[in-house]
Amino acid sequence: MATLEIRDLHVSVEAEKGPREILRGVDLTVKQGETHAIMGPNGSGKSTLAYSLAGHPKYTVTGGTVTLDGEDVLAMSVDERARAGVFLAMQYPVEVPGVSVSNFLRTAATAIRGEAPKLRTWVKEVKEAMAALQMDPAFAERNVNEGFSGGEKKRHEILQLELLKPRIAILDETDSGLDVDALRIVSEGINRVREGGEVGTLLVTHYTRILRYIKPDYVHVFANGRIVESGGAELADKLEDEGYEAYVKGGASE
Amino acid sequence: MADVQNTTGSTTAGSIEVGTAGAGAQLAGPGTGRSAVASQPVDARVEAVASYDVADFPVPTGREENWRFTPLHRLRGLHDGTAEADGGVRVEVSAPAGVTQETVDRSDARVGRAGKPVDRIAAQAFSAFEKASVVSVPKETVLSEPIRISVHGEGGTAYGHQVIELGAFAEAVVVIEHTGDAVLGANVEYLVGDGAKLTVVSVQDWDATAVHAAQHTALVGRDASFKSVVVTFGGDLVRLHPRVVYGAPGGEAELYGLYFADAGQHLEHRLFIDHDTPHCRSNVAYKGALQGEESHAVWIGDVLIRAEAEGTDTYELNRNLVLTDGARVDSVPNLEIETGEIVGAGHASATGRFDDEQLFYLQARGIPADEARRLVVRGFFAELVQQIGLPDVQEKLLEKIDAELEATLA
Ligand SMILES: Nc1ncnc2c1ncn2[C@@H]1O[C@H](COP(=O)(O)OP(=O)(O)OP(=O)(O)O)[C@@H](O)[C@H]1O
Ligand SMILES: [Mg+2]
Repeated sequence: MATLEIRDLHVSVEAEKGPREILRGVDLTVKQGETHAIMGPNGSGKSTLAYSLAGHPKYTVTGGTVTLDGEDVLAMSVDERARAGVFLAMQYPVEVPGVSVSNFLRTAATAIRGEAPKLRTWVKEVKEAMAALQMDPAFAERNVNEGFSGGEKKRHEILQLELLKPRIAILDETDSGLDVDALRIVSEGINRVREGGEVGTLLVTHYTRILRYIKPDYVHVFANGRIVESGGAELADKLEDEGYEAYVKGGASE
Repeated sequence: MADVQNTTGSTTAGSIEVGTAGAGAQLAGPGTGRSAVASQPVDARVEAVASYDVADFPVPTGREENWRFTPLHRLRGLHDGTAEADGGVRVEVSAPAGVTQETVDRSDARVGRAGKPVDRIAAQAFSAFEKASVVSVPKETVLSEPIRISVHGEGGTAYGHQVIELGAFAEAVVVIEHTGDAVLGANVEYLVGDGAKLTVVSVQDWDATAVHAAQHTALVGRDASFKSVVVTFGGDLVRLHPRVVYGAPGGEAELYGLYFADAGQHLEHRLFIDHDTPHCRSNVAYKGALQGEESHAVWIGDVLIRAEAEGTDTYELNRNLVLTDGARVDSVPNLEIETGEIVGAGHASATGRFDDEQLFYLQARGIPADEARRLVVRGFFAELVQQIGLPDVQEKLLEKIDAELEATLA
């Protein structure tokens, strides 16, 4: 049973005038099969949390712990975290010129699974996953994220989610930049993975509209670098009606 | 100065639609290319000296414009007359049926036809070679298999002269491979007949101690097409001088290059395209990666559009990817335009550091750091290989690149 435990996590970034603390004591436990929505205003530190869990070198952990089934995630390199089952669908996926999607996917699947997938079943697997996300098969031969529209990039992230089958999926604003149709298609992809019951999901979002497709078990309000309120799905409805105003006053511009 | 010295993130780019006839140096600004062109007009260097006779060139001191990047002490005497030929370089040509091979004297009309040597080593090579090798593809002959030339150094010093001649409407692919250890000064001439299509892949895959300096001159005939792919991976010092001249209108030249400079290697490519004929095209794209202490890449791209060359269309690009500290790149594109009646002219040069965001993205998908690095560098080169437009050649090149990266980015 996969459990991600975040305890009193403090993270800073190197700013012009020295280190700046962004995360100020985050506590969160995500168990296999659960879906947690993290919602908060712009700049509250949601992406910082997501990137820190994945191990991005820009973020320095200054305090706290992160464990996956008791294993110290913070001690692992970026690729070790991924192989341990942590997956981050990025808010802004990176272009990798000259590397084709098909080569990239196969290399990643080989690394995660510990052996190269059998070519014939692999090709079929990729084809089906792409079809389910209504991606043109031609994308397989294009370079990773190069010239992809915002929505295409997000589909490509979810394609990887489906193929790499992580234990903990962190989805950073996967809904942003998607029109209604794309939002539905991408959400269905996320739900297919969730329905397997194997994955714990951390859904980072600014807006509530994706929660119409993906029902969270828990909703957490994120402000000024920490979780300031937690509740069930009904908390999202409250945010929908009232916005984040109640949470940001007094601290947003520190 | 115009060169990018040990700085990364620098970029120059520009394009020129129209210049003014007779206005002298028209520059492809903005960027660092500007000052260089202004202070060092291309033709000042071009017209300097060209001669078959080594005595017409003084021994370089290292202060000359065309020698200032080259570590002369590592040339093993190629530049000052002290490197004596001892025959320790083996050249083998294998060609499909229909191709003729000859060994000729320097008095043969084809020898030196593409152009004279323009620096002391090329002139030294011309003055010192014993016999020239001429490989000819008769007119209208279309080869289905490449001509292969293997130049293998057995620890010796040699001066060579190779002519590759395509008759009118002939089509051929030539692969020249340099391996082993050698001190080699050479001239290679490509005589591309009217309407002919020549693709040449020249691979410098020398041992780590080899020194190689050569001038490659292509004479492109009417409506002919010349495609060159230069791949420089191995050798202590490699200094190549690819040049293109046009014999008649309608010619097209595409010059692609890839290089990987590892610790201590000096890899220098000095290109010159002489647009002296109307309605010709040229496209240059060179990409290099560098890693390790004292790895040094020099790329000079000189393009001259002369007053009579109306209808010219040219573009040149150089990109460098710096993987570690301690590497040095000098990238100098120079574009000089003497006529306004052109289709287009532009250049771009950029030297950048390895992109850590790409590395992070790949690692976040479980790919170990060293493999991720290889993927990114492979991608950097693959982008250029994809443009070549010859699937067989592309596939072989990617294999070469993989082998090189396997060996150097472990
Ligand atoms: N290098 C940096 N220097 C200074 N501040 C930084 C740096 N990087 C990030 N920040 C700040 O950290 C804060 C949190 O950013 P983060 O991207 O985590 O927010 P977010 O909640 O994901 O916002 P959004 O909803 O816009 O995606 C922001 O105020 C941002 O400006
Ligand atoms: Mg964000």
